[in-house]
Amino acid sequence: MQKFIVHTGTAAVLRASNVDTDQIIPAVYLKRITKTGFEDGLFRAWRDNDPDFVLNQPGAAAASILVTGPEFGTGSSREHAVWALRDWGFRAVVAPSFGDIFRGNALKEGLLPVELPGSAVEELWNTLAANPDAAVTVDVTVRTLSVGDRQWTFPLADFAQTRLLEGLDDIDVTLRAEDQISAYEAARPQFLPVLV
Amino acid sequence: MLGAPSRETPKTLAEKVWDAHVVRSAAGEPDLLYVDLHLVHEVTSPQAFDGLRAAGRKVRRPDLTVATEDHNTPTDSLVQILDPISRTQIETLRKNCDEFGIQLHSLGDAQQGIVHVLGPQLGLTQPGLTIVCGDSHTSTHGAFGALAFGIGTSEVEHVLATQTLPQARPKTMAVNVIGELRPGVTAKDLILALIAQVGTGGGRGHVVEYRGAAVRGLSMEGRMTIANMSIEWGAKAGMIAPDETTFDYIKGRVHAPAGAEWDAALAYWKTLRTDEGATFDTEVTIDASAVSPFVTWGTNPGQGVALDAEIPAPADFASADARAAAEKALVYMDLRPGTRLRDIPVDVVFLGSCTNGRLEDLRAAAAVIKGHKVKDGVRMLVVPGSAAVRAEAEAEGLHEVFTAAGAEWRFAGCSMCLGMNPDTLAPGQRSASTSNRNFEGRQGRGGRTHLVSPQVAAATAVVGHFAAPADLLSSAAPADLPAAAPSDPQN
Repeated sequence: MQKFIVHTGTAAVLRASNVDTDQIIPAVYLKRITKTGFEDGLFRAWRDNDPDFVLNQPGAAAASILVTGPEFGTGSSREHAVWALRDWGFRAVVAPSFGDIFRGNALKEGLLPVELPGSAVEELWNTLAANPDAAVTVDVTVRTLSVGDRQWTFPLADFAQTRLLEGLDDIDVTLRAEDQISAYEAARPQFLPVLV
Repeated sequence: MLGAPSRETPKTLAEKVWDAHVVRSAAGEPDLLYVDLHLVHEVTSPQAFDGLRAAGRKVRRPDLTVATEDHNTPTDSLVQILDPISRTQIETLRKNCDEFGIQLHSLGDAQQGIVHVLGPQLGLTQPGLTIVCGDSHTSTHGAFGALAFGIGTSEVEHVLATQTLPQARPKTMAVNVIGELRPGVTAKDLILALIAQVGTGGGRGHVVEYRGAAVRGLSMEGRMTIANMSIEWGAKAGMIAPDETTFDYIKGRVHAPAGAEWDAALAYWKTLRTDEGATFDTEVTIDASAVSPFVTWGTNPGQGVALDAEIPAPADFASADARAAAEKALVYMDLRPGTRLRDIPVDVVFLGSCTNGRLEDLRAAAAVIKGHKVKDGVRMLVVPGSAAVRAEAEAEGLHEVFTAAGAEWRFAGCSMCLGMNPDTLAPGQRSASTSNRNFEGRQGRGGRTHLVSPQVAAATAVVGHFAAPADLLSSAAPADLPAAAPSDPQN
């Protein structure tokens, strides 16, 4: 995984709650067997149907931080939603809350889910409405998001922080416990189902 | 360790199953959990297999892994996949399963079907197991007292390579269902009413346990409908403690334990209940006796009302977020506050999915529609959850009931639940769907989805607008009921 230490960029604002993963990337884009090139599917229906949609605005192509509403990424487990955001160029998504699976998927791929209180997100929206080109900085080392002279701290488990800072591969980390996995397997009861 | 549960500290069902699967635990780190069963399908696995190949890794336990083709498969043919991109994805799964030694139920196989119908049908889904799949509706298997949850493709690769997953310990929640469901009210109505009550984020971070006599009284199919939709209110997983209903369902199935192993399994399964004195982090109560047939009106599963009710107004909602979401949903759904559900006509009725595509669901819908006709201008698709469900339904003659009514009797798969195959809504079409998500465009771009039970779906197909089975009984000539009220703003 690519390391994530500190990132500064401009932000796009999507004022909506319950942005589900079907909106982030419609199912028709999930038929691909590759892991890149999903930016064309990102928010496809909204991009096509609404000229005012944020990603249709000048500056959106350069935005690397998405600031949105509560329950972002609910619904389907499709990691393609994370790939689409990443392939567009987003490095972080800021929201008051995230769907659990989306949040997990994002951390696996180095897309930082920044969870801030609703009041902070509202303030960010207003700041960015007044100054769309404002530089926003997310710093994983100290778990902060800052814009201008405002700064907020966001939650990030120590383990997840270490993984991001070091760019660790989860499978490599798990395989260090090979002896424990084998020991567990040896003790599993006989009645458990197996495919034979 | 599994099989020797501690009696010392009272535990919830979720904690028991969790603790029995911890391979490694360390302060400040997620637990490393062993995975008993990994279900695989064509959509969320190709990149995971690529990852294995790139790293030179094997599938650690192909004997704990099973695959099926479901999301992309056509429901009008068992041989021909016309869409070349879908065909490539399915062929990729076939190659991957062949290369890595994984059992695959391909299109045309007698066991092929939706991954969450397959596990229970084969007897692979058992109490106390950890079950994962690259699909959010993996929560379905929690109906058996398994800890089952959806994962992303990176995690699919992780499980393929290690048969484990690092997981932060979730919080626990009890959903206490008090009272009994009234006649004609289904498991689907109960879960839709619950989601409307608690909101789409109400379960976030929790493994929930559905409890109470009304839950105990449900069949395994009904329990699966409830557990299936746990993800729709944000829960990590949804569980129901196993009981005689569970054991009876499993016994004799292909992968069910037999002989001495059945006895050993049963003894263990009977320990899988929340201990007296165990505490949940959160508790929620819902009165089953107050639930009536339920329909969603909006674009998330929490936006639902009783079938007897009217479309709500944004001003009815307390929070600014909910008001904004309602306004947006009403525009997308082309609905006006105050419209009666019974005055809203539908174009398509979809009966199927991992939520309501099992035999009992087909039976319930057939019982409603028998002797009636699907309303002129309404298309009804009946898509069994699996090839085995389809065969069982045909053995009972259910297909004849549906086709005589003018419904389409199709082959198994995910179908119009998410429209990855050719079964989609056209822009602007409105559906009554027994599936699980009413998101914008879920069933086809511009499509408008209303979630309902199989019984409401069947009655709606006959009347042409949202209806309960009782509405058919109250009319001598149901197929000739007047169309929607003249004030109807739709179409």
